[in-house]
Amino acid sequence: MLTLHDLGVLRGVREVDGAIVVDITPTYSGCPAVAEMRADIARRLHQAGYPRVDVRIVLSPPWSTDDITPHGRAVLAEHGIAPPGPAARRTTPVPVRLGVRIPAPMCPRCGSADTAVTSAFGPTACTALCRCAACGEPFEHMKAI
Amino acid sequence: MHENDNAYESLAEAHGGEARWAYGTGFDDPLAGVDTTVPAGVDARELAATCLALGDDALVLAQRLASWVSCAPELEDEVALANIALDLLGQARLLLTRAAAADPSLRPAGAPEHIPDEDALAYFRDPDAFCNVVFAELDDGGDFAAAIVRLFVMSAWRLAIVQRLAAHADPVLSAIAVKAVAELTYHRDYAAGWLVRLGDGTDESHTRMQSAVDALLPRVAELYAADPLSAVETDAVIDDVLSTATLVRPRTSRVAIEGRAFQHTSALAELLAELQGVARAHPEASW
Repeated sequence: MLTLHDLGVLRGVREVDGAIVVDITPTYSGCPAVAEMRADIARRLHQAGYPRVDVRIVLSPPWSTDDITPHGRAVLAEHGIAPPGPAARRTTPVPVRLGVRIPAPMCPRCGSADTAVTSAFGPTACTALCRCAACGEPFEHMKAI
Repeated sequence: MHENDNAYESLAEAHGGEARWAYGTGFDDPLAGVDTTVPAGVDARELAATCLALGDDALVLAQRLASWVSCAPELEDEVALANIALDLLGQARLLLTRAAAADPSLRPAGAPEHIPDEDALAYFRDPDAFCNVVFAELDDGGDFAAAIVRLFVMSAWRLAIVQRLAAHADPVLSAIAVKAVAELTYHRDYAAGWLVRLGDGTDESHTRMQSAVDALLPRVAELYAADPLSAVETDAVIDDVLSTATLVRPRTSRVAIEGRAFQHTSALAELLAELQGVARAHPEASW
């Protein structure tokens, strides 16, 4: 199981005057799963016997794939999603990258390095599409941001 | 499955059993729990105007990009354009929510009371209350070259702006801007990649890209009039990528009308009719 803590989305849990306050941060600005995450956290805490729950959004510092835990990376790979490499350090202005936009990751199925990025954008905002030349399988890769 | 083990059912339950969670409830507030007090020394109206302008740019461009879904040249590009639209929509939601929190007078009077500020601003303003740049609203007419040139220029310009706003005195706007930097970098580099591939491609692709550049680049003047501080960095990026793409930048410039001054082409009214139609026809809709 991949938890919100594993993904680095969970920023903190604390008790304030008998209520549980949970801080989460969205992965991307338009992440459509935030509402589900908030509802799910509230439901789990209600089930665990905490009737008063406040799930808050934290925007700063922004989420980075560097926040994904080692366990989270292992679980992503188990599910066929190549985990992200280290996020690039940001400089201003951000230089334009032409050609190969992101480095191709190791295939999460067969471990081959003979892979290629087929699209910088995948089925969700946080993934890219890749293909492995060794085993012939397509796979998703979580982009480092 | 455990009773209510479905996140979607949890959503409905979290909102008192109402099914109407996707539109018209406050559950999905993108700034839930964020302190939206305007800090001392920051002019609330000015802050709201900045957020509204950048929010409108993002909302309108997202709608234009979404129209490519089901008709992009390749499935991968359809996915890419949809993802970019989603990022921009997310930025728009945060910015419109921030704008209305800083200046509640922005909320349109005609909006139903039960809907959140972001929806009131998106669905219940008429075209003459939008301040997006005209550059974002133009209909690309299904021309991939025009869509790519517009996306490239808008992304480069917006990236220059959000890099600067990362240092804004309002911590909410600053946080939204910092988050947008990483997203816009992907958008700009995606569009730049297509500019180079098609510009430096076949005679046919080159000709079509050059036509789009000739039609759109003179309009960059509107962007620089709206945000003069972004001009130098944006120009440098445009010149760099166009020259790699073997495309020639026209030296003419035109600012016929300015979106920031609430002036628009008829293209915006058409776009908004589609964007707002369902929300206006069925303000109590549930799904």
